[in-house]
Amino acid sequence: MGLSAYLTVSILLFTLGVICIISRRNVLYVLMGIEMILNASSINFAAFNRFNGGGLEGRMFVIFIIILAAAEAAVALAIVLNVFHLFHSVKPSEADLLRE
Amino acid sequence: MPDTSHLFTSLPTWQWQLLLAVPLIPLVGYVIQIFWGKHLPRQGDWLLTAGMGVVMCITVYMFFIARGHSSGEGYFIAESLRDGFGWDWLHRARPQAEGLSLPTGLMYDGLGAAMLAVVGVVSFFVHLFSTGYMKGDRRYHIFFANISLFTFAMLGLVLSDNILFLFIFWELMGLMSYLLIGHFSQDPTSHRIRQAAAACKKAFMTTRVGDTCLLFGMAMFYFLLPEHFNELVEQGKIHADKIGGTFNFTLLWQRASMVVEANGGAYPIWMTTAGLFIFGGTVGKSAQFPLHIWLPDAMEGPTPVSAMIHAATMVAAGVFLLGRTFPLMSPTVLAVVAAVGGFTALFAATIGCTVFDIKGVLAYSTISQLGFMVASIGCGALGLVAGLFHMVTHAFFKSCLFLSAGSVIHGCHHEQDMRKMGGLRKKMPITFACMLICSLSISGMPLFAGFYSKDRIIAAAFGGLSLNFNGGTFAATVFLPLAACLTTFYMFRLIFMTFFGEPRDHHVDEHAHESPWNMTVAISVLATLGLFGGYFWLMHPTSPLGAHGTWFTEMVDWRTMYPGVDLTRTNLAGMAASVPHAAAHGGSALHEAGAAAEHLAHFYHGFNPHVTAMIASLAVLLIGIALAVQMYLRRKWNPAKVTGALGEGYVWVANKYYIDEAVQATVIRGTIGLAAIQRWIDENIVDGLVLTVGRIGKALGFFSAWFDKHVVDGLVNLVGGLTQAFGSIARLFQSGRIQQYVSFAVAGGILVAAFHLLT
Amino acid sequence: MDSFTVLNHSSILAWITFIPLIGMAAVLCVPRTNMSVIKGITYVATFVPLVLATVVYFGYDTNFQGYQYAQEVPWIKLGSFEVFWRVGIDGLSLPLVWLTTILLLVAVPASESVPRLSKAYYALLLLLEVGILGVFISLDYFLFYVFWEVMLLPMYFLIGIWGGPQREYAAIKFFLYTLAGSVLMLVALVAMYLDQGTFSIPQMMAIGKAGGWTGPSLLGMTFTTWVFWFLFIAFAIKIPSFPFHTWLPDAHVQAPTPISVILAGILLKLGGYGLIRACFPIVPHAFTDFAFALGVLGVISIVYGAYVALGQSDFKRMVAYSSVSHMGFVLLGMAALTEFGMKGAALQMFNHGTSSAACFLVVGVIYDRAHHRDLNAFGGVAQPMPRYWALSTVAFFASLGLPGMAGFVSEALTLVGSFQSADTRFQILVLISCLGVVLTAAYILWALQRVFLGPLNEKYKDYKDITGREIFSLAPLLFLCIFLGIFPFYLLDWMDIGVKDLMSILLLGK
Repeated sequence: MGLSAYLTVSILLFTLGVICIISRRNVLYVLMGIEMILNASSINFAAFNRFNGGGLEGRMFVIFIIILAAAEAAVALAIVLNVFHLFHSVKPSEADLLRE
Repeated sequence: MPDTSHLFTSLPTWQWQLLLAVPLIPLVGYVIQIFWGKHLPRQGDWLLTAGMGVVMCITVYMFFIARGHSSGEGYFIAESLRDGFGWDWLHRARPQAEGLSLPTGLMYDGLGAAMLAVVGVVSFFVHLFSTGYMKGDRRYHIFFANISLFTFAMLGLVLSDNILFLFIFWELMGLMSYLLIGHFSQDPTSHRIRQAAAACKKAFMTTRVGDTCLLFGMAMFYFLLPEHFNELVEQGKIHADKIGGTFNFTLLWQRASMVVEANGGAYPIWMTTAGLFIFGGTVGKSAQFPLHIWLPDAMEGPTPVSAMIHAATMVAAGVFLLGRTFPLMSPTVLAVVAAVGGFTALFAATIGCTVFDIKGVLAYSTISQLGFMVASIGCGALGLVAGLFHMVTHAFFKSCLFLSAGSVIHGCHHEQDMRKMGGLRKKMPITFACMLICSLSISGMPLFAGFYSKDRIIAAAFGGLSLNFNGGTFAATVFLPLAACLTTFYMFRLIFMTFFGEPRDHHVDEHAHESPWNMTVAISVLATLGLFGGYFWLMHPTSPLGAHGTWFTEMVDWRTMYPGVDLTRTNLAGMAASVPHAAAHGGSALHEAGAAAEHLAHFYHGFNPHVTAMIASLAVLLIGIALAVQMYLRRKWNPAKVTGALGEGYVWVANKYYIDEAVQATVIRGTIGLAAIQRWIDENIVDGLVLTVGRIGKALGFFSAWFDKHVVDGLVNLVGGLTQAFGSIARLFQSGRIQQYVSFAVAGGILVAAFHLLT
Repeated sequence: MDSFTVLNHSSILAWITFIPLIGMAAVLCVPRTNMSVIKGITYVATFVPLVLATVVYFGYDTNFQGYQYAQEVPWIKLGSFEVFWRVGIDGLSLPLVWLTTILLLVAVPASESVPRLSKAYYALLLLLEVGILGVFISLDYFLFYVFWEVMLLPMYFLIGIWGGPQREYAAIKFFLYTLAGSVLMLVALVAMYLDQGTFSIPQMMAIGKAGGWTGPSLLGMTFTTWVFWFLFIAFAIKIPSFPFHTWLPDAHVQAPTPISVILAGILLKLGGYGLIRACFPIVPHAFTDFAFALGVLGVISIVYGAYVALGQSDFKRMVAYSSVSHMGFVLLGMAALTEFGMKGAALQMFNHGTSSAACFLVVGVIYDRAHHRDLNAFGGVAQPMPRYWALSTVAFFASLGLPGMAGFVSEALTLVGSFQSADTRFQILVLISCLGVVLTAAYILWALQRVFLGPLNEKYKDYKDITGREIFSLAPLLFLCIFLGIFPFYLLDWMDIGVKDLMSILLLGK
């Protein structure tokens, strides 16, 4: 099984993640999409690491991303809670304060 | 350059110091008087008068020393610089350094000695007279201070050995004349306060015109003479070293005559021009036509001032200047001098016959007499001596006449109009006697001082005419005897109107009284000099007419006055050029001049126009007296009828030929008008230009402000507006929705990827 | 380090210049209510420089050719751009330094009558003295320029704050006019620096002497011609020469008396001094090309100034225009290119400094009493004020150039020197300027007559005669007028070498 198979999985996962972010109406799904994209990139790191000399760097990034994703999920959930307090909704289309 | 030092007499230092003390005594007196005079006893008048007494003694003493020198060799001139007594005026640290240096000393010669003694004597008696005349004046001490400083200036002028210092003292006299004429211009009790204020200004201004001419003439001699001289040295025509400029009289004489001789007796044109400028100084100071207008007005001053400044000394300084610069004067200049002098003499005499102010008559008489002197000097070498001699005798009798007039005015309580006087001879016998003596003297009655000089003047005019017929000598010959006739007439008119007949104004007559002793003593002494000052004939009973020479002609002789200068080869050679004998000799110009000179010397030695002149002057004297007697004493001819018969001519003369009015209308109005115009130009055009530049600047400023606001700022706003517009468009993409942003990002990513893939 | 001939080094010039500055600082420290202390400090701060200047005057070696009491210290150094504190005096600047110190001292008592007098007035007065003295002692063009500007500012305020009714107008006119000149000077200065890379005036003179300016021609005029005209106009405004004179009457009429005294007495001299120090010898060839034109300007100033003065009815304006006329002699004498003329011009600067200052003081005295200056409204003032009349006569006759007074020596030297000029056209100029001499007598005598003589106008009956304080201001100036008229060698000996040196440079242009 070559590199392209890993990358295909990764692309699929990434694409799904992106579609998830863009299309879902619930902010929690958006978070999930983000997790999927992060994981897609982790797969890439791991795959490239494996096929390129097998050093520690790629794996280090994977671990790093996992930790980061965890932290991010925590922060994001906190934001979501605040957004919910502010807008009484978790729909991203209604949280449009960024345009101001 | 020929050595002429043997021609100079050497005086011991103590004598130079004595001479230096002569001007310094009145100067010290002035300083004391101006600062402390008011607090001195009798306001300091005795201090200054005593000082002048000392000055008089010194001048007379030195006069006799000079006379002793000149009687031996027949020659006397001394310069203190030659005796190591002098100083450098402009640079002290490096005397005689190259370039700017003006060594200054005293000069004492026959003419100087005579003049110095005259000034000393007249000044003392004027001071003495003033102690009586000015009594009770509000500014008594200032009067004495000023007249003392004036005396200083006059004495300094006589002693100057260079023309620059002569000029300095000359102007200083002008200042003192200004202050003294204006003496009453600050006295509220004087009823002529306004006239005095105008008169002093007029006097200074008018003489200033002449003075400026003199300054310019001096500058010309200072620079053009060495230039010309050095040119001739280069051409080998003069065997001497090159020279620099000088103001020194003796050097000027010698160098000028060397230049003229090298030119073959012809004066270069610049020298004629410069000579005319110098003569301009005389015209101003000695009140010659057309600058005579100040002198009659100057009578606004106190009478002692008129006697001293405007009769005896200051106005004579112009004549003295001519005496000092005679070798510099070309024949052309001398012709002009003679013409101007002759014309002035007659012209002023005619006015003198119509004036009723007692001082006015004397003022015009002074102008006329100065015209005599000037005309005489213009007639050549004999006339030079005669003119200078007349300057001396005139100083005596005219100062006496003025002081006597002052005595009359004093006695009549400041009444000056002769029509209100009359019959005063009984009330004021001494004044009358003095005035009569001096009137005879000025008329040229034989045995009186004026006779000896006036006779010589007329002789010189006749001699000048026969030697060189030109406009100048012709004017002198014709005008002077006529003027002499009128002189006699108006002087006796004055005497008769004032002292004879019946009193015409009882108010004046009642108060008339003889003056106090200090005044009568002064006029008596001066009258004595007016009688004997020309020639002391009691000492020479065999030749009472002085045909063999008087004291003055013994001391001042045209052959020896200017050491190292042979006048017959310079001024007089030109004058003799028209003598047929000279032309007959033919040959070169130099030869011709030499021949002319020879002839001239011969001519002057053999010439004695005394007899002709004496007959003429006696004739005019008798005519004048006869006229006056007929009109004013015996009253056979009513003066009113005579003047009526003269008609318009009389009106013209009585109004002084309307010269004052003409000057007022042209020169003064013109100058003030020009000044007003230039002021307008300055305020409107020159300053206007500046203001226009300012206004343009201001306008540019406002324009810039508008431009800035509307164009520059507009551009900025435009940029801002555009940015805003773009922003509004960009805003459409900015929904604030994260999902949309992500979509854009992904789309962007896809586009980039597509770009990469496709290229 | 010495780029010029120097006899001795000394810091005394720096002391003379900066003692007034110290005085100014001291004045600023004193509370404003304590006017007597402020005045005391001002007296000290103006008197000490006078004493020092007198010491310098008598210590000056009149036989030395070069600069004395010199000092040269680096001041600004930015790469090759070097400015020095480079000072020294010679026979041309020394008399003017001395004149400055005496006139400033005289101005202090004369200031008593200035309305709204305050601490700032004295401070500015002292600052003004620093600027003026600095210009006279500078031998570095940059320094010269700096002091030139330093002097400008206090003058602006002194006229603009303590002046007459139209003071703002006059002050701005003065300031802008002079500033325009300064700009021209700056342009020329920069151009010369870029050309030869030095600010040292002696060195510039040496360059000028050798014809070493290499700058480009512009619009058909050579570099030196441009430099010459720029500098000339800068200084001609200050002199002031026709047609740049119109700031002067306004400034004078509006300025308070002591400021008029300084303005006429010293500021005008800066123009003349600038010409002989920092214009003619630097570009001698250009100068000699245009000497006749300058002579014509001088004569126009003389005659025209005299005419306009004759046409004035304001006493002070008349004296102001007389300054234009008298300073014309300075220009004429310089342009004649003779030793006599140059000495006459240098002497005239000093003498005009004393006589015109005295005239302004005289006008100030009557103005303080009458509060107007209309010549036609006076009359007979000599009667209540005889001492005032006597002193005024001396002042005005000194200004008139009466022989025996200082003005005559300089005017006569100028006229006689111009007559001597190698350019014979100058003889005609002299003849014309003689008209100015006559007109001078006319306007002065006419003014004296209208103010002092004749019947007394009743309004002026009770006027107090001149006071001791006023005499204290006037007396030193009048004394100088008379003293230098009788003993002119007390200045001419000092100027001799300086003038000869200058002439040796200028005549090279011939």
